[in-house]
Amino acid sequence: MAKIVVDPITRIEGHLRIEAEVNNGVITDAWSSATMFRGIEKILRGRDPRDAWFWTQRFCGVCTTVHSIASVRAVENALKIQIPPNAELIRNIIIGIQNVQDHVIHFYHLHALDWVDITSGLKADPAATSKLAASLSDWPNNSATYFKGVQDKLKAFVASGRLGPFANAYWGHPAYKLPPEANLMATAHYLEALEWQKDVIKIHAILGSKNPHPQTFLVGGMAIPIDPDSQNALNADKLIEIQRLLKKAQDFVEKVYIPDLLAVASFYKDWAAIGGGVGNYMCYGEFPDAFGNLWFPAGAILDKDLSKVVKVDQGKIAEYVDHSWFDNSAGAGKGLHPYDGETEVHYTGPKAPYEHLDTDAKYSFVKSPRYDEKAMEVGPLARVLVAYASGHKETKAVVDLVLDKLGVGAPALFSTLGRTAARGVDCLLVARQTPKFLDELIVNISKGDYRIHAGEKWDPSEWPAEAQGYGMHEAPRGALGHWIKIKDQKIANYQAVVPSTWNASPRDAKGQRGPYEAALVGTPMADPSKPLEILRTIHSFDPCLACAVHVVDATGNELVKVKVS
Amino acid sequence: MGKQRLESNGDALEHSLDTSDCSIGEILRRRGVSRRDFLKFCSAVTAAMALPASFAPRIAQALDEVKRPTLVWLEFQSCTGDSEALLRSANPTVAEIILDILSVDYHETIMAAAGHQAEEALDKTIAAYKGKYICVIEGSIPMKDGGVYGSTGGKSHLDRARQVCGGAVATIAVGTCACYGGIPAAVPNPTGAVGVQKAVPGVTVINLPGCPVNADNLTATIVHYLVFGKIPALDGHGRPLFAYGKRIHDNCERRPHFDAGQYVEHWGDDAHRKGFCLYKMGCKGPATFHNCPTQRYNEKTSWPIGSGHPCAGCSEPNFWDTMGPMYKRLPHVPGFGIEATADKIGLGLVAGAAAAFAVHGVLNAIRKDKEPSEETKEG
Repeated sequence: MAKIVVDPITRIEGHLRIEAEVNNGVITDAWSSATMFRGIEKILRGRDPRDAWFWTQRFCGVCTTVHSIASVRAVENALKIQIPPNAELIRNIIIGIQNVQDHVIHFYHLHALDWVDITSGLKADPAATSKLAASLSDWPNNSATYFKGVQDKLKAFVASGRLGPFANAYWGHPAYKLPPEANLMATAHYLEALEWQKDVIKIHAILGSKNPHPQTFLVGGMAIPIDPDSQNALNADKLIEIQRLLKKAQDFVEKVYIPDLLAVASFYKDWAAIGGGVGNYMCYGEFPDAFGNLWFPAGAILDKDLSKVVKVDQGKIAEYVDHSWFDNSAGAGKGLHPYDGETEVHYTGPKAPYEHLDTDAKYSFVKSPRYDEKAMEVGPLARVLVAYASGHKETKAVVDLVLDKLGVGAPALFSTLGRTAARGVDCLLVARQTPKFLDELIVNISKGDYRIHAGEKWDPSEWPAEAQGYGMHEAPRGALGHWIKIKDQKIANYQAVVPSTWNASPRDAKGQRGPYEAALVGTPMADPSKPLEILRTIHSFDPCLACAVHVVDATGNELVKVKVS
Repeated sequence: MGKQRLESNGDALEHSLDTSDCSIGEILRRRGVSRRDFLKFCSAVTAAMALPASFAPRIAQALDEVKRPTLVWLEFQSCTGDSEALLRSANPTVAEIILDILSVDYHETIMAAAGHQAEEALDKTIAAYKGKYICVIEGSIPMKDGGVYGSTGGKSHLDRARQVCGGAVATIAVGTCACYGGIPAAVPNPTGAVGVQKAVPGVTVINLPGCPVNADNLTATIVHYLVFGKIPALDGHGRPLFAYGKRIHDNCERRPHFDAGQYVEHWGDDAHRKGFCLYKMGCKGPATFHNCPTQRYNEKTSWPIGSGHPCAGCSEPNFWDTMGPMYKRLPHVPGFGIEATADKIGLGLVAGAAAAFAVHGVLNAIRKDKEPSEETKEG
């Protein structure tokens, strides 16, 4: 038996460490550890609840909109604010393009190199690559000359002897299965996607002033004014530009991402039986209309049973710290609902530099959230499974198409490959849906509705002395919830339970593994010193660790003295 | 790069870039980047560096001669927002930065290798290019309790920073966290977070604050270094003057409305739709030094004030504590004027902070005396 350590896990957001036991070339146990802590929720206490979105946005600069959305929803829920339809639609467009851009970056820039051997592309025949590309899609960049150009660039780069971020990787590893032509095609699209992502995300700059960290969110609506007769507001030319960029986003997803995903997946079908995980899936639903109905349904699936969708009740969420570097005065083995979260950071791990963590004791800055005492996987796979099992028409059509193309059944979804495929399905669905929100917005504006903000409760003197609320959001990486308690116009308590907290969680009091840990068990490794297979499964979750690590302080324990003059 | 030109450049640092490769201009030509595109890029960075357009050919010539330098990028207590900003850069694009202009030998978010192989790549690079590589740091460094709140590869972030910054020719701190501690350092600073200069005293640090950094300012700083062979002139907070030398308020496209007393009073009101001044909605532009109004974001698409939301003051040290609450109107700060410098304003804020008010006490305390009445225009 060998205990191997992968730290840092690269091509993710944040600081993640995996320790794994390998026996006879198969992982038999695994531990997921987050090694960085900031404590932003503690910092939030005593501040203005209207500012919370701006602070919580900094949980993460990759999923750069999601905490703003969850935060304004939580405060609006606490203060019972109904936002105008235009603000909801603008938020939906922002959420939509965040999802699409994030998934494409994940596939090409964070995940692809687990499946694509860039160096093998040097041996490809450009003419054969062109033929392959043309057989998959009518994307225009598919000539032999084009692929020859990419290959020449690549050759010159390699010839320089300085491989930069591609140095010391796993090129030539036996787990790479793609032919040279597929590798060259994917490498070309890696570069194209880099260009594409910075263009399509300009939608955030138009509606939100910039990306990362757009800055036009408001409790009660949005700060981007609407006025077709002003250059300083959302007007016809800005709307048309958004429309153009949404079209560009959809084109790339339909003609490049999805064909690439299917082409790559067809060489790695063995990964449809690897990386299953905890088998419980949860989704909060997303894209509310003016009446609060969600386009993407909420629900949970337990024990991989697609015949039943369970209704999600946020009251059943609790966080445990038995294997996390926090104290909990409620006592060992007790979980706490986010409203009553009471946690103090207390590092008891080894002193750096260290070789191994004591995984029998506490070993992560991530807590262990559980739903009704169960570990839950969240993310695109959970979203797609819940929608599929709920009979969501659009989802069912795309999932069935993907399963058919790959020649596999629905159980194949419970895997590393299923997770990666579901992200593509999710991306395609959202890329097609988001332009409809824009159409609705244009209709509203043409009727003369320019409202972007509900201002009745903007002034804190209009608030009750005490209030509490929650905001749920389906972020690209999955189910995200923020909980806030407001007292005397200030934040009394703030808690976020984020997608990567669910997925990266360490064991709970009962010893139940978190989703990363469970998914790694049973994974074969060709060469334990080169952990490519671990990266495949971990990356299939799209980890975001800065998000996952947080703390909320005891409600009674006033650490922050707020002096208000 | 032209050694003679550098040496004739008064206080130029010894130019110490790796010279084993061919020049950036040559690399770009080999990769099929047209001369026209290259010159376009040179014009863009010239603008970002706030140099006259006539400098563009000089920059082109210098880059034509400079070699592809080594860069390592470390993340500590960060949200990766600055890396994401780099991904959005347009002049040059991130692909050009990675493949053509620099040799980015370590960057956890994009690199292919992981674990031991990643650590090995870093060790090799900092040994082989000791005293020559540029180090970029994203995120603050936790100092409390012996630095236990951040580790990578089993090593504390503080130790990594000491090791890697120590061997760099210069360190660029990107984003407000790496510069001054940023959000993790906001009261009560649970992890004892500080910026790079404080964590590793004695190393050369250029601060590029912003939340996140404007990638144009990062590329302009690197190009400035490549072209002139020395770090740009800095203000008292370690920020390049070319990017942080002017007050947002003095360059704001909405300044005429401030001077005319035309203010947004409510979100979505007529004044908001017409693009009037956001001062009354809490804009921190009058206390913030940054080139947002001219440089903007995402290929100059927009910036916060341009899209109707106040400036949050994100490029100022300790802005999380001194500039909030976000929608509270900035008090009158004595000494404001078009010629005021960041150092003077900074002194004012530091003096307030030194009065040891907890949390938001700083600004509130100043406000108590200076809050203008609803009708009074400040300035």
